[in-house]
Amino acid sequence: MRNRVLYAFAVVSAALLAMNLYTIFMKLPDELNQGMIYRIIYFHLPAALTCFTAFFCGLVASAGYLTTKDMRYDAVAASVTEVGLAFATVNLVTGSIWGRIIWGIWWTWDARLTSMFVCWLLYVAYLMLRRAIEEPVQRARLSAVLSIFAFTDVIIVWKSIEWWRTQHPGPVLTIRGGGGMAPGMQAPIYWNWLAMMLLGAILVAVRMRQENMRREIDSLRREAYAF
Amino acid sequence: MDSRNFTFLFYGFLAAWLILMVYVVSIVARERKLRQDLDRLRSMIEERSNK
Repeated sequence: MRNRVLYAFAVVSAALLAMNLYTIFMKLPDELNQGMIYRIIYFHLPAALTCFTAFFCGLVASAGYLTTKDMRYDAVAASVTEVGLAFATVNLVTGSIWGRIIWGIWWTWDARLTSMFVCWLLYVAYLMLRRAIEEPVQRARLSAVLSIFAFTDVIIVWKSIEWWRTQHPGPVLTIRGGGGMAPGMQAPIYWNWLAMMLLGAILVAVRMRQENMRREIDSLRREAYAF
Repeated sequence: MDSRNFTFLFYGFLAAWLILMVYVVSIVARERKLRQDLDRLRSMIEERSNK
């Protein structure tokens, strides 16, 4: 049953991505100033929204672990954070490629880019911390604290284009008060976000299954050494 | 400008897909290793309990 749901998610996600690719390349016109390179935003922005959603779920799960000490919350936090980090990498790399054409540089240390890079480093540190600590309860407690701390940077990333005058463009979506994009051009961003969220949900489900397997392996090891 | 634009747009989409594909492959590889470990431990415990 669970596998069927995952397959259904995969089919819907693939269909949405294919439909969006058709819209992005065949239906939408080039942007007046940027030309065709602006289309990178259809992966860059949904990847950012997906990773922020994942990191928020990580925050909630980490707080859940600290209040209940239930290891299932720890498994959720670890899974969503890892998947979120993959999408954060997509966001950083696609943004850098776009910047090379529009700004003439791969990278600049402005508020948005720097805070996003720090965010990426914090969540890499989260995964490294998990690998470094053997004892499960200590690992869960410390990584939950780090996850909650790391999320403060997500808020800084989100607000950085409002708080500081950055080289990074301001908000483009109407729901964020931006008005830089025609509504017809905004729609594929939301559809791609949905497609990436579905893909992310599949990856999180698989990663959670692996976390459960890892827990079973740990308990079997203890049993094996007890003989 | 237009041909460079197209090339970099291609790089952008390629990078996005490549990162996600590499991550999916790493998850599949991890799953295989975990299953092997699990099977090995289960058979080891079963063997010991049969002795």
